[in-house]
Amino acid sequence: MPGMTAGTPMELHGSPFGGVFLRELRGYLITPVAWLFSVIFLLAAGAFTFYLGAFFERGQADLDPFFRFHPWLYLVLVPALAMRLWAEERRSGTLELLMTLPIRAWQAVLAKFLAAWLYIGCALALTFPMWLTVDYLGHPDNGVILAGYLGSFLMAGAFLAISECLSVLTRSQVIAFILALAVCFLFLLAGDPLVQQPLLALGSVRVADALSDLSLLAHFQAIARGVLDLGDLAYFVLTIAFWLAVNTLILAARRGG
Amino acid sequence: MIETEHLGKRYGKFDAVADLTLKVAPGQVLALLGPNGAGKTTTMRMLAGFLMPDAGCARVCGHDVVAEPLQARRSLGYLPEGAPSYGELSVAEFLAFAARVRGLTGIPGRRRLDDMIERLQLQPVLGQTIETLSKGYRRRVCLAQALLHDPRALILDEPTDGLDPNQQREVHALIRGMARDRAIIVSTHTLGEVRAACNRVAILAGGRLRVEGTPAELERMSRYHHAVSFRAPASALARELLGRLPEVAAVEVDPVDGRVTVFPRAGQEIFHAVVKLLEEQRVRVDELQLERGRLEEVFRRVTDAADLARAA
Repeated sequence: MPGMTAGTPMELHGSPFGGVFLRELRGYLITPVAWLFSVIFLLAAGAFTFYLGAFFERGQADLDPFFRFHPWLYLVLVPALAMRLWAEERRSGTLELLMTLPIRAWQAVLAKFLAAWLYIGCALALTFPMWLTVDYLGHPDNGVILAGYLGSFLMAGAFLAISECLSVLTRSQVIAFILALAVCFLFLLAGDPLVQQPLLALGSVRVADALSDLSLLAHFQAIARGVLDLGDLAYFVLTIAFWLAVNTLILAARRGG
Repeated sequence: MIETEHLGKRYGKFDAVADLTLKVAPGQVLALLGPNGAGKTTTMRMLAGFLMPDAGCARVCGHDVVAEPLQARRSLGYLPEGAPSYGELSVAEFLAFAARVRGLTGIPGRRRLDDMIERLQLQPVLGQTIETLSKGYRRRVCLAQALLHDPRALILDEPTDGLDPNQQREVHALIRGMARDRAIIVSTHTLGEVRAACNRVAILAGGRLRVEGTPAELERMSRYHHAVSFRAPASALARELLGRLPEVAAVEVDPVDGRVTVFPRAGQEIFHAVVKLLEEQRVRVDELQLERGRLEEVFRRVTDAADLARAA
């Protein structure tokens, strides 16, 4: 049994949190959906940048046409990556195994989130040739590019937290995907007339205003412009924390049912 | 030690488990029996911390499952219903995951893993993806996960479901071997398993505890307890005479195999009287035995009565 005896003590080292985190990460390396995610993300990010974003034709040394399409890529790809997070555990019965291990619900939620976020982060990091190209062809403001990457990563995290939370509501991955897509879309365009006008038509100016402050797109664009405002960063951190907390509560409440 | 006190769980108006008080001490293997929907799995899920009790309390090794969930879960090994596991992982990866989560690290952890792999004979499939395994292997993989951290308390929901008779015997031996200093609860639909692996029985029906005791005590509740059964080609007259014995309650002939069973009146011993009468009548007896009692019959009676009570 080579796999067992050849293992170093480090491989077994860990805690409930570390165990779940590593298992999730391992899952991304061996499931096709995760590979599809990275391949499609990389191909689409490149294609959108050059064709839709007119990367060369603009004649500017920045990555704006690259980052501009990230919200739309994430909108489809992150719910697709995250839909199985809890739905699959519920369908296959492994949720019972997981929740009877000596691990707290929030630890399981966070471990799954961090593993998926790290995976998305790796896919994002693999777009570095884009930056190399700009850096080679011109003299971009690398600070702005770094901010763009940070904003993109944070936005992916927000989509991921929303999608993970909604995945716990159902055994069906398809339902989890559609729910996550709809809610992510709503938050992405919360400041857009598409969402705002129906609310204003209903006469709820307050709700419309409050929702407009929650627009993922606006906060992402603010960071991607290279302006690192504490408010924008806090927005993403709080959004992620909020959805992970709701996720934990739903998981705990299911035990009572 | 596994204990429940007045444990209850409701789904809407339906009592899945009601007023259940059980105590399983180290050295005891309790067979949890009952028809489907009797509350066995719900009880086990509450003990394992997967479901919250609505009433009463449950403790594992002295730790309340609600107040000290992590301590309770650390001292418990749990095989959930259906033996779920992560199908996309290999057996080695899955067990390494379980070891990591249980904090089994370094050389002792690896020794423990190797020991479990050997005892459950998982070597041939270590590198194989779990979803490609047979049902029997999958159950043993999940069983290995439950035993890995050498828990003081064990709860196994149908541990031998899907195993062939040889594998079942091995699991029974494993359970008996672990029983010495552990408290174990095993749910099963196989009454043969009770004799093979358990030293106590609890029968649930309609969410309530109906009977509890040692297998021998339950067999004593059977009308077959201390009945005498025999097979004889021509025994019509003898049957007539047996029925007249004062200590005999009834004489029945199995319509299928012709086996004659003589039932005693409550508390009476009839073996010697039956043998004597058969000898006096010079009945040629092919085979004769003193019955211990039938768990199947007790099970049916207890759970039927429960159905009746619920319907009423």
